[in-house]
Amino acid sequence: MMSSILFYGLSTLLFAAALLVILSRNPIHSALWLVTAFFAVAGHYVLLNAQFLAAVHVIVYAGAIMVLFLFTIMLLNLNKETEPQHSLLVKLAGLVAGGMLLVVMVGALRRSSAETASDLATVHSGTVGLVETLGKVLFRDFLLPFELSSILFLAALVGAVVLGKKELGE
Amino acid sequence: MTLERCLLLAFALFAIGVYGALTRRHLVGLLISIELMLNAANINLAAFAHFRPGDATGGATFALFTIAVAACEMAAALSIVVAMYRRRRNLDLDKLRSLREPIEAEPGAGKAP
Repeated sequence: MMSSILFYGLSTLLFAAALLVILSRNPIHSALWLVTAFFAVAGHYVLLNAQFLAAVHVIVYAGAIMVLFLFTIMLLNLNKETEPQHSLLVKLAGLVAGGMLLVVMVGALRRSSAETASDLATVHSGTVGLVETLGKVLFRDFLLPFELSSILFLAALVGAVVLGKKELGE
Repeated sequence: MTLERCLLLAFALFAIGVYGALTRRHLVGLLISIELMLNAANINLAAFAHFRPGDATGGATFALFTIAVAACEMAAALSIVVAMYRRRRNLDLDKLRSLREPIEAEPGAGKAP
């Protein structure tokens, strides 16, 4: 009962924050509403028994990626200029495309959930999302992808430095 | 809360992200919409791991890798944004079309409309 109330509250918060992210004109307001949406998503992770994932999500998204976004917006001084808007036709086309995608996915869910509704009730125990369990899995079964992701980080670091450097003769 | 409600929430979030990615004209706004869609996919991973029988650690593990890749992507994308702004003084997506059509006169830094 308690988790159900929390779920609906967090869902409402996430929905409202996502809509405000999309609809606000100022890029800084968009980025700040995105922080709210990220915290709501982290709350959902806690409800879904993935506590370590929630912590990583807050640290990486609300900490690192948000700082990158705000730093870029402020460095380029984009906070004053209001964004030029598309015509109403393009917005309508985007609304139709997003709505059709939503309808297709919900329809597929309705179709599949009628067949497999019997085994949907499995809920795992509370220790499965803690860092001890995940660390064992990550360093035993997924060791190679883990190390490869560190190489990916190094490549992204070098790429960001090369792209952000001033060109010669500029 | 059931699996179905979690999936519905993720679908709604993904559709909002699609709408934003199609209608924003600002490059940073487009990247923010892509972040929303990635979060919808992560909620799906965690929800399936929680509600389905079998190995429950897989969902969080794959979501961790998704977060790592998204962080790399955002670092590269935002440095491209900075380089693009330095070159064109403009981040309007309708005007950044030099890959599609050749530019008649290369607008130098600060002179583009």
